[in-house]
Amino acid sequence: MTGPRETLVGITDVVKHFAGGGNVLKREKRKVHAVNGVTLAIRQGESFCLVGESGCGKSTLARTVIGLNAPTAGTITYRGQRIDDLTPKAMAPYRRRMQMVFQNPYASLNPRMTVQTILEEPIRFHFPRLSRAEVKAKVEEVMLSVGNDPHWGSRYPHEFSGGQRQRISIARALMVDPEFVVADEPISALDVSIQAQVLNVMMDARDQRDLTYLFITHDLSVVEHFGSRVGVMYLGTVCELAETKALFANPRHPYTQILLAAIPRLDASGFRHTRLAGEVPTAMDLPSGCVFHPRCPHANARCKAEIPALKDQPDGTAIACHGIEEGRI
Amino acid sequence: MTAPRMMALRAFLASDFIYRFRRDKVALVSFLVLLAFVLAGLLAPVLAPFDPYDPASIDIMNSEIPPVWTDGATDPQFLLGTDAQGRDMLSTILYGTRISLTIGIFAVMLQMVLGISIGLLSGYVGGRVDAFFMRLADIQLSLSTLMVAIVALAVFQAAFGTELYSDLAIFMLIMVIGIAEWPQYARTIRASVLAEKHKEYVDAARVIGLGPGRIMVRHVLPNTLSPLLVISTVQVANAIISEAALSFLGLGMPVTKPSLGSLINSGFEFIFSGSWWITLIPSVVLVVLILTINLLGDWLRDVLNPKLYKG
Repeated sequence: MTGPRETLVGITDVVKHFAGGGNVLKREKRKVHAVNGVTLAIRQGESFCLVGESGCGKSTLARTVIGLNAPTAGTITYRGQRIDDLTPKAMAPYRRRMQMVFQNPYASLNPRMTVQTILEEPIRFHFPRLSRAEVKAKVEEVMLSVGNDPHWGSRYPHEFSGGQRQRISIARALMVDPEFVVADEPISALDVSIQAQVLNVMMDARDQRDLTYLFITHDLSVVEHFGSRVGVMYLGTVCELAETKALFANPRHPYTQILLAAIPRLDASGFRHTRLAGEVPTAMDLPSGCVFHPRCPHANARCKAEIPALKDQPDGTAIACHGIEEGRI
Repeated sequence: MTAPRMMALRAFLASDFIYRFRRDKVALVSFLVLLAFVLAGLLAPVLAPFDPYDPASIDIMNSEIPPVWTDGATDPQFLLGTDAQGRDMLSTILYGTRISLTIGIFAVMLQMVLGISIGLLSGYVGGRVDAFFMRLADIQLSLSTLMVAIVALAVFQAAFGTELYSDLAIFMLIMVIGIAEWPQYARTIRASVLAEKHKEYVDAARVIGLGPGRIMVRHVLPNTLSPLLVISTVQVANAIISEAALSFLGLGMPVTKPSLGSLINSGFEFIFSGSWWITLIPSVVLVVLILTINLLGDWLRDVLNPKLYKG
């Protein structure tokens, strides 16, 4: 797991705006700036985690990467091949290699289809020449590998618990043997006792099938357990990018520091987190300059005027902060 | 193949739906009465003692014979009496029910096909397609069904003559009633599609790479169908009423092939000369038929709506 690896998914300057606001009386259309110029490279074989608060654009970024939203600007590449502007037909081979696990297992399985139909659909679509027996064998193999009973096939999704459903959802993603799986908060809708179990299923799948993950979460303990690299997002921009160990050992960006300080710990004796003033600004009108400046304890005049770029640091992390660049922090 | 089907049948019979059906006397009686009507319609050629379409079996001398239980009954073979042309009322009503039900069911099937396709497309594609079809639906709904039907049928009758019209009457009525009422279905389906299309299972289907047509038909459509069952029962009743009203106005089924509506109409002239049965008996049949369909529709709506659980 060492050495430079090939970039699997490249995200370059991706911007995603949504038309929002405005009504019949007020014509003015304000845009929601969900993702503002994110550049990331997800390397083969890693579990890249994106963390951030609600509404910071991490899910939007994930949906853009998988092709559910078209980016407003910027490009997505897969093994060097641009994929964000492909026709559905040209996209088909990439659909087989990229799959997604959704947040809510109660909504992501079609309630009118049996588990067998749900699992067979992707494989029949992508490999129409497989015989019935081969498809059945594949379903059985994948069901077993995610810890499900292969005899669940004739039942409907509502007959299962949240954890079981999420494992069916993972199985559906694995049916076509993808290389890259986007997981959009796959465990946040689950009971805490089930979260670890589902996470382990995902980690086993990674080890057995050599998967690359883009894992979206707001749970930092999951990141520490699961991720090999982490991107921290705030208001649609990435503010720090680092190896998981490096990030948890030595958070550099002021936002990351405050985020990590907020993790509740069992030895509560010395628990002192930094309180941030105010609230997260709305994505409809972003602060000028660094998006974090209204709440940053280290902000100065430059932070208000100029947007910091994500710069590589000598220790291999990348940080978007004027203060660190200038050596103030 | 038979074993899973038997299992499915057994599961259906043991389901909550059937249990509640058996508990509800109104639903049970309505269903049995409706079933009797449908069977009577289907088996009319077997059950009817006379063939009202065969002029040879009609004797004008037998006209206006009252039903057997009244004082004036002269001929016991005409159970419900005869009409002004000497046709046996029972046979004519059986055949009329058959025609009314046929028109009702086929018109609703046409409405469904049109409404479901337009509603699904409109809801899923959205944007201009949606705006176009929904404005079309608004226009259609602002004209009453009967008005559209009267104009269309009157023009057709005038243009092609009564002769051709009487041959094509069933077909024309089905077309007119079917086309006039599609917005009911289109709007219902569209509303459900709008709610369903943002659910994650649709996203999952898109991630798999399925095309919009396949997603619409295989994923979205099955999740929008339950309200249709309720609408359909009411719409069948409405279609039968529309047909009866049109026939009553002389724009529906011709006198030679009467539906319930044209029977009521044909007897109307004789009601003051004492021959009440020609109008009244088909009217009662029509009312009972519509009532049972509506009662079943109400019951279905209650059962399928979990918010209206009545213990």
